[in-house]
Amino acid sequence: MIVDLARFVERERPYWRRLEKSVARLEEAPAWPLEMNDALTLHYLYERAAAALNRIHTFSSDPEVTGYLESLVARAYAVIHSADRRRRRFRPVRWFFGTFPRTFRTHARAFALATAVTLAGSALGAFALAVDDEAKGVIMPFEGLKGDPSNRVEQEEAGGEDDQQLKTAFSSMLMTHNTRVSIIAMALGLTFGVGTILLLFYNGVILGAVVFDYLRAGEGVFLTGWLLPHGAVEIPAILIAGQAGLVLASAIIGRGAGDPLKVRMRQVLPGLVTLIFGVAVLLVWAGLIEAFLSQYHHPVLPYWLKISFGCVELVLLGLFLGLSGRRGAAEAAEEAA
Amino acid sequence: MTPGRARQLVIRTPEGVAFALALAGPIARFLAWLIDTLVTVALILVTVYLLLLLVVVSPSVALALVFLAVFVISFGYGIALEWWWRGRTIGKRVLGLRVVDEQGLRLTFPQVVLRNLLRVADMLPALYLVGGAACAVSRRSQRLGDLAAGTVVIRPPKTPAPEAVRAVAGPFNSFRRHPHLEARLRQRATRDAAEVALRALLRRDQLEPAARVALFGEIADHFRQLVSFPPEATGGLSDEQYVRNVVDSLFRARAGAAK
Repeated sequence: MIVDLARFVERERPYWRRLEKSVARLEEAPAWPLEMNDALTLHYLYERAAAALNRIHTFSSDPEVTGYLESLVARAYAVIHSADRRRRRFRPVRWFFGTFPRTFRTHARAFALATAVTLAGSALGAFALAVDDEAKGVIMPFEGLKGDPSNRVEQEEAGGEDDQQLKTAFSSMLMTHNTRVSIIAMALGLTFGVGTILLLFYNGVILGAVVFDYLRAGEGVFLTGWLLPHGAVEIPAILIAGQAGLVLASAIIGRGAGDPLKVRMRQVLPGLVTLIFGVAVLLVWAGLIEAFLSQYHHPVLPYWLKISFGCVELVLLGLFLGLSGRRGAAEAAEEAA
Repeated sequence: MTPGRARQLVIRTPEGVAFALALAGPIARFLAWLIDTLVTVALILVTVYLLLLLVVVSPSVALALVFLAVFVISFGYGIALEWWWRGRTIGKRVLGLRVVDEQGLRLTFPQVVLRNLLRVADMLPALYLVGGAACAVSRRSQRLGDLAAGTVVIRPPKTPAPEAVRAVAGPFNSFRRHPHLEARLRQRATRDAAEVALRALLRRDQLEPAARVALFGEIADHFRQLVSFPPEATGGLSDEQYVRNVVDSLFRARAGAAK
């Protein structure tokens, strides 16, 4: 059976044109701007075009008309069925103080695992240095860490040749580098988490080796004053990036979950993006502190001041991640639903 | 997926309609990526050049802005353009590609961000080997970032106005004077043969002259064997005009049957 295509197209074309115009307008609109009557008309036009497509599929297979109608119906389908996906106004303060810590807490087990892996790496790094001095040359990533800690402390306290002019650039370099590493830590979750775990473990090995090296040399105060102001935020930020990687891995593996991969991914997707953007914000802060505070040592800045500052940061970060956004939890759940 | 045809994503709507989106292949995607890479590099070079002019004001600030600009452009280019242009970057626009949700719905911001950030894994170990391999073996030509974000890259069909069908029917059809033979033709012609004739007419201007003559010769011969119209209806008709008459006869009068 063959439809009279010319007549059919001629009769339906005005409806298709109206649908095309409505869809084009809605595709560009940032919010759903339709009144009830307009919405009903749109739905009628969509159903009419869908019916026309079905009819063309059944009674004809003219490629031009089929292609046109499939494209039109696909666009209308996306517009109508994505009404609940439309862009909502982004509120950065509410997101940072509400959504981010809530997401962190939702995936607290992944954070605990990321921390455990890093601690295990740290233990290995310290152990390696304890049993073999030559390990230092292999483990330490920078020349500055391969030397004697006491010599470095002496140089730093003497003021060294630190270029004060480049602090801003150093800060920017740290932020971008650490954010890049965090993105990689999350992305390696695609390797079923193996890459993320290796990265966290390797970071832990370096951290453990550095800490052990300075403690062994009796430079614990310098180390704490140097690392704590920025490390109090930077290290948890990297751990949160690892947490995101492990959440991704967990969704891919799907152990014990009844949902298919697609559904699991859709469930964790907004959380992953929230975590990685939260990490980026934390790393901006850590970069500023590392460049403008951590590199100044006694006598310019007394160690007690730097250590106290780092401790306050750590406590505030703990309170922020542990408590912030609790009040809005019910509201957020409603929004999500 | 239909054998012999380009890969397609078939979406069935709750209204019971199915439509197909043509998936972009690895080569088209690679070319789009190449263009985007060139654009990104050009953007970075221009931005760095401009920012370095600030060295006279403050070398540290200039260098800091360079670090930030390189980072923001390299990660933000794809995210910003795919979000604002609804799944398209400059490279994808040039190649006629678009990122869409694999259920045919509107892209969400987390989807756009995730597929772009996970690019760092797809690029491993070098030259997009992981992403390219995933794209080649995936049923929907998805790289890892697409699989995680639930997105696919499609080639949206060009949508010409559907008037084209009317143009194939000529102003006058000599077969109309023989309705009983037209009826016999409609009875004997298969749907496939009718579609072949229609498609040949729709694409006749894209054919080489020799191929056009040969193709319409074959199609006309096929229909001549089905029904023999008298000489007064076929006299002076070229093979192509003969096929036009056949198409008009087949597609014109079936409205009653289809309605």
